[in-house]
Amino acid sequence: MSASLYAGLASRGFRRYATYRSATLAGIFTNTVFGVIISYTYIALWVERPQLGGYGIAQALTFAWVAQALIMPVGLFGGGIVADYSERVRSGAVATDLQRPAPLLAVRLAEDLGRAAYALLTRGIAPMLVGALLFPLAWPSSVSTWLLFALSITLAVVIGFALRYLLGLLAFWIIDTSGPASVLVVLQIFASGSALPLVTFPGVLRRICELLPFRCLVQVPCDVLLREDTGTGSLPLIGLQLLWATTLLGLGAVLTRAAVRTVVVQGG
Amino acid sequence: MSEALRMFGAIAGAWVRAGFTYRTSFVVLTSTGMILTFLDFAIILIMFSHLDALGGFTLTQIAVLYGLSGFAIGVADLLLGNAEMLGQRVRDGTLDQMLVRPVPALVQVAADRFALRRVGRVLQSGAVLGWGLSAAPIDWTPLRVLVLASALVCGSLIFASLFVLGGAFQVFAGDASEVANAFTYGGNTLTQYPLAIYPVEVVRAVTFIVPLAFVNWYPALYVLGVDDPFDLPAAFQVASPVVAALFVAVAALTWRTALRHYRSTGS
Amino acid sequence: MPMIDVHDLRRTFLIRERRGVLRRTRREVQAVDGITFSVEPGEAVGYIGPNGAGKSTTIKMLTGILVPTSGHLRVADLDPSRRRTELARRIGVVFGQRTGLWWDLPLRDSFELLRRIYRVPTPTYERNLSAYVGLLEIGDLLGQPVRQLSLGQRMRADIVAALLHDPEILYLDEPTIGLDIASKQRLRTFLRELNADRGTTILLTTHDLVDIEQVCRRVMVIDHGRLAFDGDFAALHAAGQATRTVVVDFHDEVPPIDVPGSRVVRVDGVRQWLTVPAGTPTGPVIAALASSHEIADLSIREPTIEDVLPHLYARP
Repeated sequence: MSASLYAGLASRGFRRYATYRSATLAGIFTNTVFGVIISYTYIALWVERPQLGGYGIAQALTFAWVAQALIMPVGLFGGGIVADYSERVRSGAVATDLQRPAPLLAVRLAEDLGRAAYALLTRGIAPMLVGALLFPLAWPSSVSTWLLFALSITLAVVIGFALRYLLGLLAFWIIDTSGPASVLVVLQIFASGSALPLVTFPGVLRRICELLPFRCLVQVPCDVLLREDTGTGSLPLIGLQLLWATTLLGLGAVLTRAAVRTVVVQGG
Repeated sequence: MSEALRMFGAIAGAWVRAGFTYRTSFVVLTSTGMILTFLDFAIILIMFSHLDALGGFTLTQIAVLYGLSGFAIGVADLLLGNAEMLGQRVRDGTLDQMLVRPVPALVQVAADRFALRRVGRVLQSGAVLGWGLSAAPIDWTPLRVLVLASALVCGSLIFASLFVLGGAFQVFAGDASEVANAFTYGGNTLTQYPLAIYPVEVVRAVTFIVPLAFVNWYPALYVLGVDDPFDLPAAFQVASPVVAALFVAVAALTWRTALRHYRSTGS
Repeated sequence: MPMIDVHDLRRTFLIRERRGVLRRTRREVQAVDGITFSVEPGEAVGYIGPNGAGKSTTIKMLTGILVPTSGHLRVADLDPSRRRTELARRIGVVFGQRTGLWWDLPLRDSFELLRRIYRVPTPTYERNLSAYVGLLEIGDLLGQPVRQLSLGQRMRADIVAALLHDPEILYLDEPTIGLDIASKQRLRTFLRELNADRGTTILLTTHDLVDIEQVCRRVMVIDHGRLAFDGDFAALHAAGQATRTVVVDFHDEVPPIDVPGSRVVRVDGVRQWLTVPAGTPTGPVIAALASSHEIADLSIREPTIEDVLPHLYARP
């Protein structure tokens, strides 16, 4: 399959979401309000405990706004392109998806990257600008840090997609996926660090969260951004994201093949 | 009013019965819903693993704030949270169907697709509130009991009014439903913490514009016997019933106006 | 006293259009532009017109969903938008494109819920339910959720739902759209009998002139928000110069046929097209054709709204 096909799919994902202009504005407003609320709770915490988790107040506030910016791109609350999947399995429309010449996983990923790009440019960046006006944020000066941050965000989007894709595949085996979907949302919000940086979590809880892929969604990109050194210290973090991305996508590919077999068996 | 409640019961009841056909799904969704709302409190617990007090409030005092706010939005969400879907109803025309039935549209909007699993937030917040009230040092007087009880009712009414206002807004701006979330769920997050951690402008806004402070902050100051760090009039601490009544009136008026300006879809 | 009384009714919509990033223009659209009519109890009235002519806007004002911009409007002596819930008890509404039933509830639960919403006394409910369910043949479907019904089944269920509370007026907005011939026919028969037996006032919007012909004695045509015609079906055909077309294939090529009461409008080989004024029977014409020539095949095409409309405007 040609690269232009996937570029087209990504651009379609982008444009599909770009049509909901007032919804986007509403989302920016809401993300900003939550950013402000969370900022004041972090200020209250870090004023009492300066350097908690190795962050100063400015770093903690930057974390708060980057986490808000990443909510939609990485799909912390679920949704996105793979959300309608169980409906497609039930209606049988999925058979046409599986018969397309391009592999389903790659098609969905391309579309989701387009969606995430739009979410990042609007609901990611706009609240961040407001946050930067209202609060003293800590921006790195080195270009290499920014480049690694961009790479880390991209990997976070891919991992977020892979998690939702795997959830979508569940629909091939169980009728109602709303239960697992809400469990996934709980894990993504809490264990990603989006509600409170994982560096503040107490011992055991922190170690458990560090074993899970969810920290790659928010905590890891934030750490990449907040590292003050030349950036090479972030390479193990990027490596960790790569590892999770390939593992989850690989699992997705294997399970897609299994899903195709169930459809063939059911004659769907 | 009692007729409206009877109708709410009839419609909601049909949905509860229909929902029980997927019993396991109901149990899973209710419990994950409870976990999800408990996570807010888990975050506060983690914060308190590093702190003794936040904004001058101890953990048990914050449990009272958290419990009151969560209970109030929980009740409002259970009864009126479906107003969130109003934009969708305008788009797919189901609002038209509701308008030609002999039951107030708001009752139908609220009761249609009634989801009993939302009771999870009420139960979870109620448990945290109960723990906070029993563990925090409170000098109980009859008046404090009364203020606490009225806070549960008035807080629910204030959040319910916010849901209605959000629904009315969607009659005009159907796909901008998320703005309402900033006030409802955003308001819930904001009031889980003592207002002492916010700048005075925020406190004024949630006192005089969107009266979220009357959901839990002022009643809790009274019940817990804490001095108002912003030195606003002490009368505010017992004013929740008046404020709630006013806000309900504003919401009802706005809802009526919205329906009279409803344009329906299509030609 | 008329059941529906409308005088100089208007509804304007403000359309905001985005032109470029910041420029916006506002445009006023007269969806309903001063219509006047009244409907007596027990009448069955067809309300037709092209898409966007103002049919739905009128119905939505009559039911109280939309508030009129100006004009006088009374239904069952009530102002619909001000007394909406009170009026709701006395009317039944069926929107063809969407269902008034609950998508995920079994049909029986939907009906039961409507019984409680409309506070229908149990004996009335039982009587109506068994009568209408029988007439519309949906008895076997009562246990199924609405989403599993076919379009035709769902439409019949919707009509039962709209009639459980014995409404004085039944509004039907495009009830036959998308239905197969048999379902359409069953529905028309049912509505005709409902009107005749129970005296229910019917207001029916449709694209299909056959619906009107079989159910309604009176037709109103709306276009660009104004009433273009109000009268009986025969008068509509006369005014609209409506014709039925008889398409005949003869065994051999013959010169254009001259049969009294018809006119040949086209000849193509063995096939000829003859028009007959709508409202007059085609029987004698066909009999005359058959007696003089050998016919291989024959079909009759009914007039459509689109055939009729242009002539209504051509009138002085």
